[in-house]
Amino acid sequence: MNEKNRLTAAVVPCSAQPLLFDETLCAGCNRCVEVCQVDIMIPNPEKGRPPVVLYPGECYYCGSCVMECPVDRALRLQHPLMNRAKFVPARG
Amino acid sequence: MSQYDWPYKDEFGAVETMESEVLVLGGGIAGCYAAIAAARRGKSVTLVEKGAIVRSGSAGSGFDHWEVACTNPCSQVTPKEIAEAYIEEQDHYSNGIAHYIECREGYDRLLDMEAFGGKVRDTEGEFKGAEFRDDDTGFLFAYDYKNKFFMRVWGSTFKPALYRELKRLKVRLVERTEATALLTAWVNGKKRGVGAVGMNVRTGKLCVLKAKATIMTMSRPARVWLFNPDLVGLCEFRPPQSIGSGHAMGYRAGLEFTMMEKSVRGEFSAAGRSFPPYGAGNNHNTWYAATMVDARGVEIPYVDRDGNVLKTVSERYQPASGQKFFLKGGVIDEAKYDWRGPETMEFDELMKRGYQLPFYADLSKMPEMERKVIWGLMVGEEGKTKIPILQNYTERGFDPEKHMLQSYGSGWQSASFLDQERQLFGAPGGIFHDWDLKTNIDGIYAAGDQLFAADCCGFAASTGYYAGRKACDYADTVQLTEPDREEIQRERNRLYAPIYNKEGMGWKELNMAISKAMQNYCGGVKCDDLLQEGLNLLDSYSEEIVPQLSCRNPHDLMRTHEVLDILEVSKMILNACLLRKSSSKPLCFQRSDYPETDPQRDDHFITIRQEEGRVIRGDVPHGYYGDVEEGYLEHNRDYVQNEGGRGNE
Repeated sequence: MNEKNRLTAAVVPCSAQPLLFDETLCAGCNRCVEVCQVDIMIPNPEKGRPPVVLYPGECYYCGSCVMECPVDRALRLQHPLMNRAKFVPARG
Repeated sequence: MSQYDWPYKDEFGAVETMESEVLVLGGGIAGCYAAIAAARRGKSVTLVEKGAIVRSGSAGSGFDHWEVACTNPCSQVTPKEIAEAYIEEQDHYSNGIAHYIECREGYDRLLDMEAFGGKVRDTEGEFKGAEFRDDDTGFLFAYDYKNKFFMRVWGSTFKPALYRELKRLKVRLVERTEATALLTAWVNGKKRGVGAVGMNVRTGKLCVLKAKATIMTMSRPARVWLFNPDLVGLCEFRPPQSIGSGHAMGYRAGLEFTMMEKSVRGEFSAAGRSFPPYGAGNNHNTWYAATMVDARGVEIPYVDRDGNVLKTVSERYQPASGQKFFLKGGVIDEAKYDWRGPETMEFDELMKRGYQLPFYADLSKMPEMERKVIWGLMVGEEGKTKIPILQNYTERGFDPEKHMLQSYGSGWQSASFLDQERQLFGAPGGIFHDWDLKTNIDGIYAAGDQLFAADCCGFAASTGYYAGRKACDYADTVQLTEPDREEIQRERNRLYAPIYNKEGMGWKELNMAISKAMQNYCGGVKCDDLLQEGLNLLDSYSEEIVPQLSCRNPHDLMRTHEVLDILEVSKMILNACLLRKSSSKPLCFQRSDYPETDPQRDDHFITIRQEEGRVIRGDVPHGYYGDVEEGYLEHNRDYVQNEGGRGNE
């Protein structure tokens, strides 16, 4: 067998931005990293900063990360633009 | 592009061996209940989960209703009549054993859940006075308010409650670890499950899991026909983790499957045609029975099974005159006449009568309690709704008292898929089993979506617990058996190969190729030549492409393993399709070379398994499990006497 590849991580971008961290509110506790079953984030190498979303395209949009986040509005989850269903005022 | 060092330990080459009496593969609802059943019986239990158990699996973030809790104190139906209705409804391509277990023991598991700290009743009186609330118990019911066997629950509290209970019972939890292979041994001339192999998906460490009995609860295959490399997580209804690895490793080990020829035209793929489940206006499942209006704001009539227009919202939740009960929910789309519930008037009829698109769900026109229970409880407690739907839409300004939500495509799928865009959905194929939920290999059990014709959360909980206790009985009769070292070494080499390839193909390219092949060779209309061509192409991928796969960290390696499993499962599906030489309506299976539909000679389960690389066919009559109530009682006297499952005596 060859020599094993050096383990590296690089952000794999996609057309959407499922997770938006507010840097002023997020304390970098990484509870979202630990709860995500799809494991799309890694802890930020700089302690205290928001996690790095390595695999945004793999997000399952379940919202467990936001449910786990201890700080209100530090982390937001949003579906891709195309998935935001339209609503209008009720009639009659 | 930002590069980072891999943040977790590099443990490639390390092996950890763990021994337990009962091993559970998969930590969703079924797996958690299986582990709890075994731990309650004093067994040493190991539970292996690819994600983090507290929120993993299809119901990790929640679910909104518990189906067929027939033995709850308000229920007006018996487990037997509901189980038999499901069997008939699905033209006997149904899992009679598992459905009966669900109907008989589902309520016991709900009470367990309450004991663990999950919320199953309206303790605060939020819905006091509502027609669907029983004031003595605080239970909330869905769909059929008269018969009260579908229960509305606060599913977002369930996985954390199960997780706490597993820890309290000291179940060994092996998280962030994918199960990749079953280990088997020949003992006294018979094949037996002796454990499994797994890999830590953050560190690459190999786990050898020895056990007396193994329970498989690893969901069902996905990304077989539908794949989108950009938005992988939205391709299918279930989480990207739930990919059918249990089916793949089972097939490799010689487990017997059935109904694998069944696939349905796509229903959900929010990476493409459809909207997020429950996120567009509709009146099905979570949203039943929302008021629907057309573009002019004119209300769309609900009708009973005889076509009579219903005048009130309340009537949408009542059986028709002369009908005992009706079925709705998970796998029930358009029920047969006997069990058909109220539904909006048929689309074609609406067009004839001048109703205009687009349609909307208009909760503002519903009584307050019905509105609140749909938008707030059902949409909120169902998986993938609390944050991405309820919270986000509210932030965007949606107010159910003032707004109506647009409906797209046909019905609750919110899209119209092409015939070749298929999914394993609506009670698809899976592991074939006996009354003990035992597979054809001794010591290996299965539950939840891993079983054939499975459906929802109550099904997962009740079959999981049941498999857990049956596995314990078996574990009492055997000793731990040493697995074959060469088998483990072969699995290690298979798993690690892509991390040693410097250059090569990424997993997404292979997944794309498989999905395209399945659309081309295993689409809506099938024939022998097409299916053979498909197998031929997939075999060439196994021989030529798989050795070229390459990746750079354990996470990508996990995804690569998933695609190897998708490849395995796709071949099983093609082979299963080749075995059925006729068309079948209930199996959504159409052959151009054998157009005869559901001839008597083929009106039974066809099973498939592998033996030394050869496909072995089996033929089993639909009613192989006998009378469901008698079969259950015969196999569960101890449980009925000591624990539950008493029916509504």
